[in-house]
Amino acid sequence: MSDHPNTGNGPAVAGYRPDPPETHPPLDFPGYKSTALRHPKQPLLLLPQTLTEITGPVLGGDLVRPDDHDLTFRHRDDPIGQKIIVFGRLLDSDGRPIPDSLIEIWQANAAGRYRHIGDRWDAPLDPNFDGVGRTITDKQGRYEFVTIQPGAYPWGNHHNAWRPAHIHFSVFGRAFPQRLVTQMYFPGDPLFFQDPIFNSVPEAARPRLISRFSLERTKPNWALAYEFDIVLRGRDATPFEEPHHD
Amino acid sequence: MTEQLPTTPSQTVGPYLHIGLDWDRYGRFVVPEGTAGSFRIHGEVFDGAGQRIPDALIETWQADPDGRFDHPDDPRGRVPGFRGFGRSDTRLGEYSLHTVHPGVVPGPRGAQAPHLDVSVFARGMLHRVVTRLYFPENEAANAADPVLSSVPVHRRSTLIATAEPGGYRFDVHLQGDGETVFFDV
Repeated sequence: MSDHPNTGNGPAVAGYRPDPPETHPPLDFPGYKSTALRHPKQPLLLLPQTLTEITGPVLGGDLVRPDDHDLTFRHRDDPIGQKIIVFGRLLDSDGRPIPDSLIEIWQANAAGRYRHIGDRWDAPLDPNFDGVGRTITDKQGRYEFVTIQPGAYPWGNHHNAWRPAHIHFSVFGRAFPQRLVTQMYFPGDPLFFQDPIFNSVPEAARPRLISRFSLERTKPNWALAYEFDIVLRGRDATPFEEPHHD
Repeated sequence: MTEQLPTTPSQTVGPYLHIGLDWDRYGRFVVPEGTAGSFRIHGEVFDGAGQRIPDALIETWQADPDGRFDHPDDPRGRVPGFRGFGRSDTRLGEYSLHTVHPGVVPGPRGAQAPHLDVSVFARGMLHRVVTRLYFPENEAANAADPVLSSVPVHRRSTLIATAEPGGYRFDVHLQGDGETVFFDV
């Protein structure tokens, strides 16, 4: 620990456990056509975790304003659609809450259209909905957004292809290996079976992408509620030792 | 060993990542404009057909000029105020970041040459990929760097930026000729 950074001896640091196999989708997934030219063909090389990897950005402050978690709040009128509360906890795989972590979300409006110049889907834009939110997890790793139920929308991947309703989530966790971008889906969506992006995930892991309806967190005469916990990699039990150099 | 919670799978950022991940100019400034010694790193992201990708996102993470991080897990103590993080999309054809040279970072296999950790996200990528950026002028340090040394010699150049007036160029090739080395972190 007392070694000077330039002597070459690193401090003992506890790294982050690899995700178990059958967690993430493969980079090459022919059912999702756009992966064809966008996946590395060479095997990934193992990057030993050093100080660069066991640290990561601590974000917040001027990036997040107090109302950024409420996507229904920032225009003169309410957006079209069913209001929902999306809430949950950010945890590591040891069950420890991850506080003070930036969570960013983005989504389509109730008609399934994104406020984006590239979205040509012939559904109306909603002048009262931007589809973007941010928040910081609290000391217990909890977060909450207020938004509207996004719509499904067609896309060009295959004949009659539709994306199930989803909300994009971006989280940082505490360290570089925990960085994750994922999508939250809604229970019982009839479009799951034909969606290659959802089905790229190993079957046993797919339920982890589906939120849970929460009657207890609904607000009477106002909003439905869905719970979505996000679990990031946990830490190795012990710091690794300085290996001998040959 | 106690029971572990199953981790959440990754999904693509999709084509409309700019809605949620756009920090406008703020994201591009790892250090404030005008910081002494600061420079620009920019580059393009290419697919396997050699086409420039306009819906990718680059994120960088680096030490400060002394090789330290503003993070509670840096055992040498935090360096308050050095964010160390950059984010830029490729809507305009390339990404662009404004930063300073990171210092030497200690590692379990010896001193590491100055480097940036780089994440690449894009439509068509179901999981981010990770690479590293090294600087061309640090020839001796790069030769001794434990990570760079672990890369086959003929592929090392994909991890070394090119010097140019005002900074550096660092292109990412997801596939094909000159495919960038990506790491499993």
